[in-house]
Amino acid sequence: MPSVPAQSGPPPSPDGSPAYRGGSGAGPSAPPAPGTAPRRTAWAEGVDRLRAAATTEPGRLRIIGAVLALLVVAFGGVTAWQMTERSAAADNVLHSSQPLSASAADIYRSLADANTAASSGFLAGGQESQEIRERYEEDIRTAAAKLITAANSSEPGSPSARSISQLNELLPEYKGLIERARANNRQGYPLGGAYLRYANEKMQHEMLPKAKQLYDRENQRLDADYADAEPYPWAAIALGLVALGALAWAQRRNYLRTNRVLNQGMAAATAASLVVLLWLTVGHTLARSGLNESYDHGVRSLNELHSAQISSLKARGNENLTLVSRGAETKTLPDKTTEDLYDYNFDQDMKALTQGLAVAAGLADDSAGEKPVQAATAGMEVWKQRHKEARKADDAGDYQLALDRVIGSPDKKPTGECFDVVDKNLGIALTHEQNEFRRAAGDGLGAMTGLPAGAAVLAVLAAAGAVLGIGRRLSEYR
Amino acid sequence: MNARRLRASLRGWGGVGAMALACVTALVLALMLPDSARGDGSTGVGGPGLARGTQARAEDCTDPQNQSLAPSGADGTTIDAIKNRKDRRLIVGVDQNSYHWGYRDPNNPKAGGDLEGFDIDLVHAIAKDILGDENAVQFRAIPTSQRIPAIQKGKVDMVVRTMTINCERLKEVAFSAPYFKTGQQVLAPVSSGITGYDKSLAGKRICSAAKSTANERLTDDRKAGKLVSSAVVLPPVPNQLDCLVRLQLGEADAVVTDSALAASQAAQDPTVELKGGTFTTEYYGVAMKRGAEDLVRRVNHVLADYRKDGWGQSYDKWLAPTLGADSPSEDPPPALYRPPT
Repeated sequence: MPSVPAQSGPPPSPDGSPAYRGGSGAGPSAPPAPGTAPRRTAWAEGVDRLRAAATTEPGRLRIIGAVLALLVVAFGGVTAWQMTERSAAADNVLHSSQPLSASAADIYRSLADANTAASSGFLAGGQESQEIRERYEEDIRTAAAKLITAANSSEPGSPSARSISQLNELLPEYKGLIERARANNRQGYPLGGAYLRYANEKMQHEMLPKAKQLYDRENQRLDADYADAEPYPWAAIALGLVALGALAWAQRRNYLRTNRVLNQGMAAATAASLVVLLWLTVGHTLARSGLNESYDHGVRSLNELHSAQISSLKARGNENLTLVSRGAETKTLPDKTTEDLYDYNFDQDMKALTQGLAVAAGLADDSAGEKPVQAATAGMEVWKQRHKEARKADDAGDYQLALDRVIGSPDKKPTGECFDVVDKNLGIALTHEQNEFRRAAGDGLGAMTGLPAGAAVLAVLAAAGAVLGIGRRLSEYR
Repeated sequence: MNARRLRASLRGWGGVGAMALACVTALVLALMLPDSARGDGSTGVGGPGLARGTQARAEDCTDPQNQSLAPSGADGTTIDAIKNRKDRRLIVGVDQNSYHWGYRDPNNPKAGGDLEGFDIDLVHAIAKDILGDENAVQFRAIPTSQRIPAIQKGKVDMVVRTMTINCERLKEVAFSAPYFKTGQQVLAPVSSGITGYDKSLAGKRICSAAKSTANERLTDDRKAGKLVSSAVVLPPVPNQLDCLVRLQLGEADAVVTDSALAASQAAQDPTVELKGGTFTTEYYGVAMKRGAEDLVRRVNHVLADYRKDGWGQSYDKWLAPTLGADSPSEDPPPALYRPPT
């Protein structure tokens, strides 16, 4: 196509259109004195040319074609860009930040679990069971392995990286204290109990808070990814509407001028743009609902269940330590009464567990999610009852009975049984919610599959259609 | 001007009034106390005497270990009440964590009678005398801070738990005659240059338990400048045994505690030992409820026999190996009772 607008300025147009109409305005000012020429800016020059072009129908058609093509391409581009961003964020939710959050939760849980297993084993003394010992070792291994994974995915120098390196330093220190506690306990020295209390303090006051920080930070990252994936792509939608409006206007103008109903190129462009707009809206709405579901029924449930599990682990650890410390540490309450420090902590943990399980039960949305939470709640109720009996026995001076009521064989109705019920069911509930999350978030991500690329391709096609459609009209002026 | 003067004079009268009120209150209290002690239910003639005696001595209490009542083998209301229990056992508050004093060995889980140590031996001797059966005891583990409340609330008949007889406590509970002489002492690794509570502590980090005599003494000596200035008094730990943990981990260089408890720590780690002599003198006693005179006299009666037969064997078994050959603790302290008034 000849580049007509370039030469359509001052000289009369070669296409025979009535140039004098506009020429009266542009003509005299266009050839200025040679001295004034440098004062004119490129913009003014362009505006003039455009104004000149707009005076002829082919010129107008060219402008319309250019604008239409630009709008449609911009629409496709913005759609592709915004949806790439959202789809990448959704992909992060599913494949990066949630797994990292789950992994941080695993570190947190295995540390708390190791501490609980260590105190259970200690209470059993020389009769420490193979099962408990393996549980402790497994927890330490899990924590160490997951710390490496977490370190690999954290940015150097970030607060997460600092927490991780501190945990890496504390873990062997903790393990050393536990080994000393064990060795002294086997010798029959009360010093073992002092070591266990020291190790417990290290865990509860230094390690677990750091693990919790790490977990919280990973959750913040997860929330941020959700926030990036969920907002409506308003810019793309607005551009789509503008592009469709412009196409409609151009076609109406075409119809009014030529009485031809269908311009195939522009009709194709309209259809393609409409498809992109529909795909964009429906696809994103679906993705959003999938992500929302994965958050409401997956992430929130997982958070509550994780903290309930930590509470139950801490409660169990403190219950054990009440019998290990035997009143070596006390806490004075605001009303001046004195309580065993570990029994006091146990009560606090049980309160947190009760609350956590209630919230988790409210969040569970199907029977597969509700059942284990209900079972855990029932286990916790029995636990509270049996704990009272164990405390009564200990307060009455019957240490052996208290010990049996906490770590004894099943016929002694120990609280350990109840803890196992709570722990096992929380595990089942966590697996279920993790699957729920994966399914819903996967659906959400799936709804955006191909959208960016598809939008780009369709937009290019639509632009080509618009240009071809205009070109067809333009060729009539040859 | 006038108003201010008036206010000043009023204030002056207020002070005088408050003083007068304080005097009257003190007088009323002093008059009431013997009565309330008598009302406590003790049958003895010594009721008012005991209260008045303690009251007078609270001002200038010099030898708290010599304030107990003369021994007697007779039963009284308190002992009768114990004997008439459905569960005919003596309820005794003890420690479960003090190695060789009162300790439950995890490797020896015999139901019931698995506590052992110097204090526990004494409890068995008391139970044998009062109830005729040395195992008629219900042991209750109580933390240090709960020793006095447990007695006052009647949760236990007595506390035998490395409890020092002092003037403060005499106002709250009644003590038996002393059964063990001890004092604050320094515990440090065998190889360290520390020689005792002296200049050799320069630059050393010293560990003590929260609210313990040792911690009070260290804080006081630090303030008074009696402690070597470069010695570091570490923040107190919850339990004296935690000091041995810090020592073993290299977080502390020396421990200050009762020589009896220091001996119990040394028994758990052959690389630490008691350094220098005791630098205070304290006595352990059996603590009972105030007013339970028959029980106090009876325990003193048991102790009088126990000193001759039982004490030595128990000492040799639990304490001699770690307290050393010429310890001030190696003989039972003499029993001096408060002269009858």
